[in-house]
Amino acid sequence: MNKTLYDKLWDDHEVINFDNDESLIYIDRHFLHEVTSPQAFEGLKQKSLKPWRIKSNVATPDHNVPTVRGNKFDTASIEDEISKIQVIELEKNCSEFDIHFHDINSNKQGIVHVIGPENGYTLPGMSIVCGDSHTSTHGAFATLAMGIGTSEVEHVLATQCLRIKKLRNLGIKLIGLPDPSITSKDVILYIIRTLGTDIGNGHAIEFFGDYIKSISMEARMTICNMSIEAGAKVGLIAYDSVTEKYLEERMSISNKDLQNALDYWETLKSDDGASYDDLIEIDISNLKPQISWGTSPEMTTDFDSSVPIIDSADPKNVTYKKAIDYMGLQEGQPISSLSFDKVFIGSCTNSRIEDLRLVAGIVDGKKLSPNIKEALVVPGSGMVKLQAQSEGLDKIFENAGFQWRDPGCSMCLGMNPDRLSPEERCASTSNRNFEGRQGTRGRTHLVSPLLAAKIAIHGSVPN
Amino acid sequence: MNKNYQHVIEGISAEIAIDNIDTDQIIPTEYLKSIKKYGFGDFLFDGWRYKDEGNIQKDTSQREQNEDFILNIDPYKKSKILVVGKNFGCGSSREHAVWALRDFGIECIIAESFGDIFYNNCFKNGILPIQISQDKKNHVSEHIKENKNLRVDLTNQSIQLESSEIQFEIEESLKERIILGQDDIDITLGYANQIKQFESNRFVSKPWLK
Repeated sequence: MNKTLYDKLWDDHEVINFDNDESLIYIDRHFLHEVTSPQAFEGLKQKSLKPWRIKSNVATPDHNVPTVRGNKFDTASIEDEISKIQVIELEKNCSEFDIHFHDINSNKQGIVHVIGPENGYTLPGMSIVCGDSHTSTHGAFATLAMGIGTSEVEHVLATQCLRIKKLRNLGIKLIGLPDPSITSKDVILYIIRTLGTDIGNGHAIEFFGDYIKSISMEARMTICNMSIEAGAKVGLIAYDSVTEKYLEERMSISNKDLQNALDYWETLKSDDGASYDDLIEIDISNLKPQISWGTSPEMTTDFDSSVPIIDSADPKNVTYKKAIDYMGLQEGQPISSLSFDKVFIGSCTNSRIEDLRLVAGIVDGKKLSPNIKEALVVPGSGMVKLQAQSEGLDKIFENAGFQWRDPGCSMCLGMNPDRLSPEERCASTSNRNFEGRQGTRGRTHLVSPLLAAKIAIHGSVPN
Repeated sequence: MNKNYQHVIEGISAEIAIDNIDTDQIIPTEYLKSIKKYGFGDFLFDGWRYKDEGNIQKDTSQREQNEDFILNIDPYKKSKILVVGKNFGCGSSREHAVWALRDFGIECIIAESFGDIFYNNCFKNGILPIQISQDKKNHVSEHIKENKNLRVDLTNQSIQLESSEIQFEIEESLKERIILGQDDIDITLGYANQIKQFESNRFVSKPWLK
């Protein structure tokens, strides 16, 4: 039978197929961070259990950590007492159970979805989970990767398995190649805008087409990262020579096993003639830079267009009017008329070295627009930070007026001190423009790193 | 399921007729700093329930309530059932969203559709998520405008309206989970030998994963 990539990954991890539509799926890799793990460790202790396979776990603090740290910073230096407790709790739990941990000072600390691939913790064909919905990111490496809740974190710690139902297969075929100035962030925002934030519910989405083959692993990760914003907890891209090249210098597999691994990875693509439950084609040949205007990622439009005019007969009108109101907009208002207060470059969507190079290319030799009160560049990991510094990008950012920060999730969700004040308008390279996401009553516009950089210099969306 | 059981949820039902209510709305990030599994009920829909900015240490009785928000209005302050639009619980995987609903007193959510991770999280905490078509949901909405109350019978998979019943689908395995309140970890550890066998085979065929 011709199988999809998802079918192959599922079959390879299925321990038991119960007759009640669920399966027991074996988990190869488990990433942990401070926010969704404490209750799971607590549960484990209450049941007097130990992690099933300690070596499968990798942990680091990312959500809560301040991004102004400097050299002498340690966990005790975190000012927010509640955040500090959560980070300490992770340290204690990892120490108690001997879990591989990158502490706040390590060069390998960073956003879990950035450090996983760059350290070779993420390998093709693996099943990967984390108590974080953006675990879909790792699907760019042809892995079965998904976000889970805290009860499931505990379940994976205790049993190395998940008890879940198989998803349906949704294939999204991208037709055509957009202009080279269009980034994969624009592509995924356009997909969500076109298909809606619930198209992927109950599905694993596999992205394919000439465009996908043509882009880097960083760009592919951005697409799989936001498959959850299209409703799919699993986003997938087939293994190919681009994947292999990325892994070459990052993985540590013994020579004895390497050829077998490479031979296996070569099979991690959908068979010719494999059937998808749903298959959608989207033409991206004439794609323009995208920007979200509302409070859901599907509320997105072209950079040179306007806030929509709402038809009161449209069943979405209540939701849309609420969004326009929250965002402080008028129906029909041109996007170019919006004045921004802050710019955030970072998050598991767009904080990798390639993203930072794109931004540096735009802002080199320029200055922030006077209306931009604050512009942050938050590298996704210590490794990204060091690489950027070795290329002199930090100096380019600082000379332009950006703040060059330490790694973490930062203003993507404002759990650390990096937040918007009420009604501040932010151009953000992150993934969610929900109400209050970046700070109470803050207003988020999702954009690519390229457009965020242009907004930082121009103060608004340039035509 | 051939066991003799009954599972009925009956009580005040509030509607929030908005699509794509994400888990950041259900429980804002600020409250995720807790390391506990309980105590989130006062912060449910925090951004909509209160006019001022809260945090985990702030006493909610001192905060300025949004009197227009349905869960601040009698009798909906005591809601057991929530009726919402499509894609409820999309976004972040935070189980805190389900804990907040549970701690508030919500036992059942009726929606046109749910975010996948949220849907799973509900069953881990005894909350029943019911997915029904828009048409059926409109009937439910009309009913609660008049009656304020709903009766949901999980045994028969029905929502009882004044003169009719709406049937809903739910997977047998998940239905059992709610009714029997089983512990997933105990069940799975019952298969420990199969997991060990699978694991050792896996490390023979793919030793680089060890």
